[in-house]
Amino acid sequence: MNGDTLIRVEKLQKHYNGGVIKALDGINTEIKKGEVVVVIGPSGSGKSTFLRCLNLLEVPTGGNIFFEGVDITDEKVNINIHRQKMGMVFQHFNLFPHMTILKNMIIAPMKLRKKSEAEATELAMKLLRRVGLEDRANAYPSQLSGGQKQRIAIVRALCMEPEVMLFDEPTSALDPEMVGEVLEVMKQLAHDNMTMVVVTHEMGFAREVGSRVMFMAEGRQVEEGTPEEIFDHPKSERLQTFLAKVL
Amino acid sequence: MDFKSKFIANFIDDDRWKYIWNGLGVTLKVTFFAVLLGIAIGVLVAIIRSTHEKNSKSMRMGFGKAVLAILNTICKVYLTVIRGTPVVVQLMIMYYIILADSRNKVLVATLAFGINSGAYVAEIFRSGIMSIDEGQFEAGRSLGFNFVQTMRYIIIPQAFKNVLPALANEFIVLLKETSVVGYVALQDLTKGGDIIRSRTFDAFMPLFGVALIYLIMVLFFTWLVGRLERRLRNSER
Ligand SMILES: Nc1ncnc2c1ncn2[C@@H]1O[C@H](COP(=O)(O)OP(=O)(O)OP(=O)(O)O)[C@@H](O)[C@H]1O
Ligand SMILES: [Mg+2]
Repeated sequence: MNGDTLIRVEKLQKHYNGGVIKALDGINTEIKKGEVVVVIGPSGSGKSTFLRCLNLLEVPTGGNIFFEGVDITDEKVNINIHRQKMGMVFQHFNLFPHMTILKNMIIAPMKLRKKSEAEATELAMKLLRRVGLEDRANAYPSQLSGGQKQRIAIVRALCMEPEVMLFDEPTSALDPEMVGEVLEVMKQLAHDNMTMVVVTHEMGFAREVGSRVMFMAEGRQVEEGTPEEIFDHPKSERLQTFLAKVL
Repeated sequence: MDFKSKFIANFIDDDRWKYIWNGLGVTLKVTFFAVLLGIAIGVLVAIIRSTHEKNSKSMRMGFGKAVLAILNTICKVYLTVIRGTPVVVQLMIMYYIILADSRNKVLVATLAFGINSGAYVAEIFRSGIMSIDEGQFEAGRSLGFNFVQTMRYIIIPQAFKNVLPALANEFIVLLKETSVVGYVALQDLTKGGDIIRSRTFDAFMPLFGVALIYLIMVLFFTWLVGRLERRLRNSER
């Protein structure tokens, strides 16, 4: 149901070198079902670290993360089960080069959700059609363009039928002419009510698709609000300076 | 004596070619099984070592981490000892001390060379694993695969492909290295040639004959490796 809390983050902290580097310094936020949270901020502000903490690719040094009510920072929790419901898309795609596109998409559903090959293939082909790449099912990743690779990476994650999708600068490694096709897929996803957390420098996307924008600097959330609040009425000087540079 | 009668004296008379033929069989048998054993040991050691390397920082303290640390130390000792001593000495230790009761010299040689080769394969394989981009590992984990599944489905297949040429090369090296098994009186190709020399008092014919056979085998396997490499490069790239 829309509006229910999916992820709750409390006092999230990630320190390196025994506290010398504070990549995250006390983040508190709630991500509700169906929300598209866009995270913006200058380089080194902790955006990636925040995103990667959400599925514990980075282990936080403090604070708690509740996913569907379960504290996944608890050592006794089997994180692999929860990660199955959290899709992630990386800047550099990270498709598996030794597998065909289809295999990339069906291996996790088959091995982890015990789907039959036919069942997994059916969903994969449906998703491939949706992003217009059904004719590349048997190609290898190296035979695709960057934009195509990223679209595959998105549908590969969708094959696990996740509750939330995490994006870390999904268009930053792309040639400019390929950015649009990837953003289009993400917009479609948002339209279909997928819960999304998106780290991006695409301010147009943030404004158009974001239900909430979070501005980070030096490991803290400096300002948070609707796209209008953030882009049209920035309160903090930090955000104003940042926007002046990127807009 | 002309070439023809020399050839006949060394290889035909008294069925002396059998020394060569049977020796060749022993050489190939020892090499083949030693390579298999070496790969098995090497892969295991490489997985332990790279698991330790990848996880020692992020893993929480506990039983698993302690076991991993102990296994890693054992592997390191194994690598140091095996790579720091001559294979002939290892072979003799195996024959005269560890397996002193065994009459099966082929088994002794296979074990000695397999254990020796495992140390080199381990390092080949470990570099193969470590050369896989960290993003592959993260992609696997983010889909929900656990560490072992990620290694099995994503990392190891890629690493294996990357190191196949190096592994095949290890086979070629081993083929030549086994020529010292005569030290424990195992009659391989080299020893076969040497026996003929001691019977006919002619060094030239049997030794060059043996050298030629090694050379042909090495060239053949090198050619095979080259083909394999090209095939691998053409697929998927
Ligand atoms: N493994 C690490 N060891 C030490 N410091 C790190 C490590 N990883 C990240 N950091 C530091 O943490 C801070 C936040 O990094 P992070 O990658 O989250 O920033 P970011 O906002 O994603 O930046 P960018 O826009 O450049 O991707 C940076 O100062 C970075 O140098
Ligand atoms: Mg980043």
